[in-house]
Amino acid sequence: MSEQGQRRPFFRRRKTCPFTGSNAPKIDYKDVRMLQRFISERGKIVPSRITAVSTKKQRELSKAIKRARHLALLPFVIK
Amino acid sequence: MPLYENVFIARQDITSSQAEALAETFSEIVVKSGGTVSKKEAWGLRNLAYRVKKNRKGHYTLLNIDGPPAAISEMERNMRIHDDVLRFLTIRVDELEEGPSPILKGRDERPARGGRPPRHEESRPAAKPATPVKAEADPAEADPAEAAPAEAAPAEAATTEAADKGEES
Repeated sequence: MSEQGQRRPFFRRRKTCPFTGSNAPKIDYKDVRMLQRFISERGKIVPSRITAVSTKKQRELSKAIKRARHLALLPFVIK
Repeated sequence: MPLYENVFIARQDITSSQAEALAETFSEIVVKSGGTVSKKEAWGLRNLAYRVKKNRKGHYTLLNIDGPPAAISEMERNMRIHDDVLRFLTIRVDELEEGPSPILKGRDERPARGGRPPRHEESRPAAKPATPVKAEADPAEADPAEAAPAEAAPAEAATTEAADKGEES
């Protein structure tokens, strides 16, 4: 197991999209707790290259976060 | 007829029964214009994430509407006029949700955490050290058999990372 890691030292396991596959959570602007995992400490939307959300789902997610912000469920900025 | 979801926030100074009456008046408007309101959900007095018109809290209400667009525009027009309504959001949805929305679920009991799905051929220790920590987030539910490999994984990952650094330099 460990020698496999040594053979390919810069191998990073490809993360999979958290919204793809069976029993994946639905993206919903009302689900504040789920959305909070995808915003930074400052309240910014975390880029998908960090969270591994697929491009399609990231579009949905950012829309949901923006809706939640409009309804004051999520902050625009955390000071 | 298209399906809509409407959430509106009422001022914090009104009572919850007044907020309910407000939801009633808006749903009546929808019914008068030929629509139906299939679900009315009061989320109660919630803290706002930021101040809206000098309010720090607001009564949230969710309405699930099946009706013509004219009914929605009429209802929104009334919401805009009404002084007690701070904000509203109406979106068209493909299907209306049954049962309580996630906001209410989160308050009563924490939704069952899925943990992480079982890994198949990719179960090698070169996994990023950040991922096993997430699986551990709910230690009360995880049984010891599951918890042990989760704890072992970060240590293993750390060693491989150390090995990586050794090769790098």
